[in-house]
Amino acid sequence: MIKGKIAKVSGPLVIANNMSGVQMFEIVRVGEKELFGEVIETKGDLASIQVYEETEGLKVGEEVISTGNSLSVELGPGIMGGIYDGIQRPLKALRDLQGDFISRGISVSALDTNKKWLFQAIAKQGDQLTSGDFLGFVQETHLVKHYIMIPPGLSGKILEIKEGEFTINENVATLKDSEGVEHHICMMQKYPVRIGRPFVDKLQPNEPLITGQRVFDAMFPIFKGGTACIPGPFGSGKTVMQHQLARWSDADIIIYVGCGERGNEMTEVLIDFPELKDPRSGRPLMERTVLIANTSNMPVAARETSVFTGIAIAEYFRDMGYNVAMMADSTSRWAEAMREVSGRLEEMPGEEGYPAYLGSRIASFYERAGKVKTVGNPGRTATLSVIGAVSPPGGDLSDPVVQATLREVRVFWGLDARLAFARHFPSINWLISYSLYSHEFEKYFEKGELKGFNNLRKWALKVLEEESELQEIVRLVGMDALSPNDRLTLEVARSIREDFLQQNSYHEIDTYTSLSKQFLMLKVISTFEETARMAVQKEVEIESILELPLKESISRMKEVKETDLQKLEILTVNVKEMIAGLIGGRA
Amino acid sequence: MITKEYLGASSIAGPLMVVEGVEGIGYEELVEIKSKDRFTLGKVLEVSGDKAVVQLFESPQGLDPQSLRIHFTGKSLRLGVSLEMLGRVLDGLGRPRDGGAPPLAEEFIDINGRPINPFSRDYPNEFIETGISSIDGLNVLVRGQKLPVFSGSGMPHMRIAAQIVRQAKVLKSGESFAVIFAGMGITFEEANFLIKDFEASGAMERTTVFLNLANEPVIERIAIPRVALTLAEYLAFTHDYHVLVILADMTNYCEALREVSAARKEIPGRRGYPGYMYTDLSTIYERAGRIHGKTGSITQIPILTMPEDDRTHPIPDLTGYITEGQIFLSRALHRKGIYPPMDVLPSLSRLMTKGIGPGKTREDHSDLSNQLFSAYARGREARELAIILGEGALLDVDKKFLRFADVFENRFLRQGEYESRSVIETLEKGWQILSLLPVEELKRVRKEFITKYLDKYFSQAGDVQEDSIL
Repeated sequence: MIKGKIAKVSGPLVIANNMSGVQMFEIVRVGEKELFGEVIETKGDLASIQVYEETEGLKVGEEVISTGNSLSVELGPGIMGGIYDGIQRPLKALRDLQGDFISRGISVSALDTNKKWLFQAIAKQGDQLTSGDFLGFVQETHLVKHYIMIPPGLSGKILEIKEGEFTINENVATLKDSEGVEHHICMMQKYPVRIGRPFVDKLQPNEPLITGQRVFDAMFPIFKGGTACIPGPFGSGKTVMQHQLARWSDADIIIYVGCGERGNEMTEVLIDFPELKDPRSGRPLMERTVLIANTSNMPVAARETSVFTGIAIAEYFRDMGYNVAMMADSTSRWAEAMREVSGRLEEMPGEEGYPAYLGSRIASFYERAGKVKTVGNPGRTATLSVIGAVSPPGGDLSDPVVQATLREVRVFWGLDARLAFARHFPSINWLISYSLYSHEFEKYFEKGELKGFNNLRKWALKVLEEESELQEIVRLVGMDALSPNDRLTLEVARSIREDFLQQNSYHEIDTYTSLSKQFLMLKVISTFEETARMAVQKEVEIESILELPLKESISRMKEVKETDLQKLEILTVNVKEMIAGLIGGRA
Repeated sequence: MITKEYLGASSIAGPLMVVEGVEGIGYEELVEIKSKDRFTLGKVLEVSGDKAVVQLFESPQGLDPQSLRIHFTGKSLRLGVSLEMLGRVLDGLGRPRDGGAPPLAEEFIDINGRPINPFSRDYPNEFIETGISSIDGLNVLVRGQKLPVFSGSGMPHMRIAAQIVRQAKVLKSGESFAVIFAGMGITFEEANFLIKDFEASGAMERTTVFLNLANEPVIERIAIPRVALTLAEYLAFTHDYHVLVILADMTNYCEALREVSAARKEIPGRRGYPGYMYTDLSTIYERAGRIHGKTGSITQIPILTMPEDDRTHPIPDLTGYITEGQIFLSRALHRKGIYPPMDVLPSLSRLMTKGIGPGKTREDHSDLSNQLFSAYARGREARELAIILGEGALLDVDKKFLRFADVFENRFLRQGEYESRSVIETLEKGWQILSLLPVEELKRVRKEFITKYLDKYFSQAGDVQEDSIL
């Protein structure tokens, strides 16, 4: 144990002397109040420490004690449905101990150590196991079977394995390694947050992450194991989109990190999620969700750690074979926390005052996503998808955090303030957004019920692109100068925008759209275009097409229930017949 | 506890004082500084070895570094709070500036506050009727929200603030309501206008004003919002008051922050503002809210003037990322003589969906406001096209949207300074104006609401129709 003394205090940064021998990223306890801190720089016998709690009242000369551990998360049954701060202290326990306002110097176990869980064994006595192998499981919630795995770095023969009710700290098995050392294994394991968990192999994502949000699924899809970012100015709907993704995506486990954001937004998740039902199982969404909440007014150093805490928990569930999705809102606040600490360390700044290692930190975070073959038996493939919101100043995409993120992620959902002002939500700008999974998308929808989805997608994007060109012309010479064909294109594009892309998160039906419904909706609009185009060629007046009582039924497609999808098929037929009727009428 | 007193500082530069040869000084500790004829306060910004950097809360004018007696108190800056402070005008550190006796403190509270545990928060969902259509109809204010007004110099943000204070109805029977106004670097006239208005409407007796005028030392502004919010927390969470806190003008606060940062020679962020400004602002704004199991609430309306009306300027930008929406004022509407000149398109209330609907306002509120927003946006687009191409080049339907935009500004946004509209009146006005548009264009409202409301108001919409012919 190393004991040093505080030499300087400045904001969240403390410099201590007499610290030779301390390791980088080691956890230390600072001052009389024993505040949590992490060593982020060592120089001679000086150590720079970022403190995870308010440093008010710390004095020069107070003691700093090393713990020999690096910052770790506690992993085991009881974690699901939890809400933690940036260093995995359970906020509920903090409230019970300290009241409604967060104060300092309290260490609480992240998981409930008294609760007994029913452990059911999978492995048998005498089995030869290595790290990652399943020992047994606990049915933690209705949605989540929590597998107990051999912790990383251990392997050997099972001497004894129990079954029954245990707390997370009681031994459930004893393992004898090749050197004859016996290890007692309990259900809780610790793992350092800054180191990725090992896996056997990384694979190419090949299955879409279905979000129920039309602009994502049908236009700019993300795949399970993929990475996406949502940059946008304030008020453009980043957080609503992140909440929608957390609600509806078809991942097994959701890790939601509120990093430097609003307190009330976390409260919204806390209040809504236990009430919202998973569309597939009908169970409360909270049963598959872990929340990390480090709001903007909570200590800045813990904000820096919160995304790592989140991804460490996410990787743990990935190793059980689950499809995990993690949302981080917002990574800009995380980067700003790095900038603040870097500034206090008096490091040479890079762009906009951000540290020069900004890019590599962002990369090391997003690279922990992916589809992997996990370690351990039975062999399993699992995915970890990461979706980060970015909040660039003034919505300016040249911001260093946006640029560093774009180099990493495969899907870009660009938010546009102008769309938000017109209450076009989700205000994803279709002209600047992209998904690098379009090839995988094409392959995935080659066969099956939704065959042709990819062609519809390409068609819709093409129409929208043409619209933006035509609008330039309209702005110069007016709508009257356009040919009937071009006017039809504008009408169809408007329909794609308003009747398909716009989606109301607060409407009970519109909030989630299945892939089949998305497919049928696009089909209706494309049928309209196809037949109307034919009619225009046969010199039917475009006005008479637009006057048909179709517009309203098309705009009400969103309100069609998932159980009534045949209505959309009927609508397709109606569209065809009514427009064909016009052609007939002329002939 | 032994506290320490030192004689003489080694330097004073701007708002910063350096004291050397000190021992056992705590970070953020309160410092009392006595000179021959003055007594001022400061706080420790940095301790390093035997050196302490102290930020002064008042102007250093007339202080002689050598002869100062500097007393480190060992505790942080506390505000003595009491119910007696209602009805008073105080300075940035809670001392009277209305000539009255200092209020007797019932409790001393650290002005920095502590973050509310997100788990303890209760979601703001109670509608506040301000009587202003553009707020009640389109950007609803709810209890416990922080909703800033983004204005510019020369615009009537103070008048709007006064109108909200006059008209806001959050009172259920038996609930106590208080207003705290923190004026940072505002002019005498603005402060006087507000105080007179509070007095005239009878609001003053439940109002506390913390004031630092434009000609007073800049650094006194740094403590004001925290002092004001400390009293607000005391009223809300100890005495069950519903507190409305108005902070004006946050731009002056941020400039004071920049001054201190520059004096410390910190690496500047955008436009010279310190890199930690987001965190600093959040420790002010996040003190709004409600807490589980407590009756009281804190609602914040920070007002800031955007330099050059630039909404990407760091102050509005960082504010918008923390607050739950924003209300923009538009110079164009102001020039047209429309009061309140609310620029509704970029304005937003994030908590709106929770504060409206059946049982709170009315079932059609959400759909109606969405429809008004998108129709007005389309009308504005049409107006831009009409400027370039002439109105004749517009499609018939776009002409209708253009009319709609004009009528909307004239009848919905425009409102008298002393006119209070109930939320139902506001919704009615909305439907009347929507009746100018073809029904099939009303894609944002559910069919059942169209049959239920549109037809009902259509018959009453005669004068709106007339308006549109003009």
